[in-house]
Amino acid sequence: MWKWLHPYAKPEKSYQLAGKLLPWFVVLTMIAFVVGLTWGLLFAPADYQQGDSFRIIYIHVPAAMMAMVAYSTMAIAAFIALVWQVRLAEMNVAAIAPVGAVFTFIALVTGATWGKPMWGAWWVWDARLTSELILLFVYLGIIALYNAFSDKLLAGRAASILTLVGVINLPVIHYSVVWWNTLHQGATISKFEKPSMAPEMLWPLIVMIFGFGAFLGTMTLIRFRNEILARESHRPWVSALVLAKLSEDK
Amino acid sequence: MFNIFFQIISKELKGAFRHQSDLLNPVWFFIIVVTLFPLAIGTEPALLTRIAPGIIWVAALLAALLSFERLFKDDFIDGSLEQLLLMPHSLAWLVSAKVFAHWLLTGLPILLISPLLAIFLSMEVNTYFALFLTLLIGTPILSLLGAIGVALTVGLRKGGILLSLIMLPLSIPVLIFSTMIIDAASYDQSYLGLLSLLTAMLVTSITLAPLAIAASLRVSVS
Repeated sequence: MWKWLHPYAKPEKSYQLAGKLLPWFVVLTMIAFVVGLTWGLLFAPADYQQGDSFRIIYIHVPAAMMAMVAYSTMAIAAFIALVWQVRLAEMNVAAIAPVGAVFTFIALVTGATWGKPMWGAWWVWDARLTSELILLFVYLGIIALYNAFSDKLLAGRAASILTLVGVINLPVIHYSVVWWNTLHQGATISKFEKPSMAPEMLWPLIVMIFGFGAFLGTMTLIRFRNEILARESHRPWVSALVLAKLSEDK
Repeated sequence: MFNIFFQIISKELKGAFRHQSDLLNPVWFFIIVVTLFPLAIGTEPALLTRIAPGIIWVAALLAALLSFERLFKDDFIDGSLEQLLLMPHSLAWLVSAKVFAHWLLTGLPILLISPLLAIFLSMEVNTYFALFLTLLIGTPILSLLGAIGVALTVGLRKGGILLSLIMLPLSIPVLIFSTMIIDAASYDQSYLGLLSLLTAMLVTSITLAPLAIAASLRVSVS
């Protein structure tokens, strides 16, 4: 049943597969971004309470969601890497981590920008924003650990272990922050009560979520290919690839 | 099986008592950090009572961080960590003994010194009781979480700052729950529910953390 999967344990095959998938992801990302952004920013009706400033939702929510998705993907890859000792899954962990960190950062910045007109402050210790901030810390810890090892084989395994520790811890962090927040300041700053959105606002959001998903895939594939090349640089197939590229350029 | 557990603990304790200053330094650090806050913020008893739980817990976290270096570093340098990996017992079990010994040497002194700090920060008796309970349940969690970080970074030359980057975000829930418990106690509310959650976190980390520590040590020593 899993036989078709076996060839991809070879970095070369995975590299080629990633190369074949990449253009599709790029095209999907571009279509979804163009459609979603023009629809969301120009044609969707303005919110009756928040006016036009609600439109940042089309960046904020997809980025926040994909930051979580990136972490879950990373955790799955880490699990595969540790249980079945798949080296490519380790490379995948290393490839996703910075992308997820940047998505988290985008979600934080857009959240703060949205908070300024709505809550009157750039930063409030809102439960969701806080847990997003801690998610960023966890991402940075994983990236720092990965970079600290000079032996990338060990680095991948260490980062995978830390990813799995984090995946157990993150839900605990999330709920502890939610409870902490409700105890301290629940009533004064009510968390964004999301009204069930009107369909003409919701559809562009769904397109944008889809687009950010494809964007996550694109960035991960690019970084994954780079990671393979960097780690396999001593292999003949990589030097053959480089030579072919060089003669092409001439 | 229990034999080896106690043997490791007694070896750790003996080793520690031969370097007594190593043992006392984190405790001094803890006391000094707590002393800094009244000096910096002001000494009104009402204010101190309000911020005491946060101060004590942040100081306990920092003191724990300082003491972690010792947990595996010396053993790694003199090679006895490698011998630990080669022993015919489950590595997770052996590291549990080491972490427990580490808690006896760092968590317990903080627990014992805490009445003094309660007086410094003008805490009331029932608030202090809550603080004691959170320290009793919370510091072992910190030791277990920190041991994962140490095990991951022990092979690196500059592990110190990296250890805090890894460990501090993970220990945020302990901090939040502990201060919530103490806050609830200071308002005379029941905090049993929160305390059970903290205990659940302790049980979970006792169950899972040794596995992660063992796996990380295998990475670091190879």
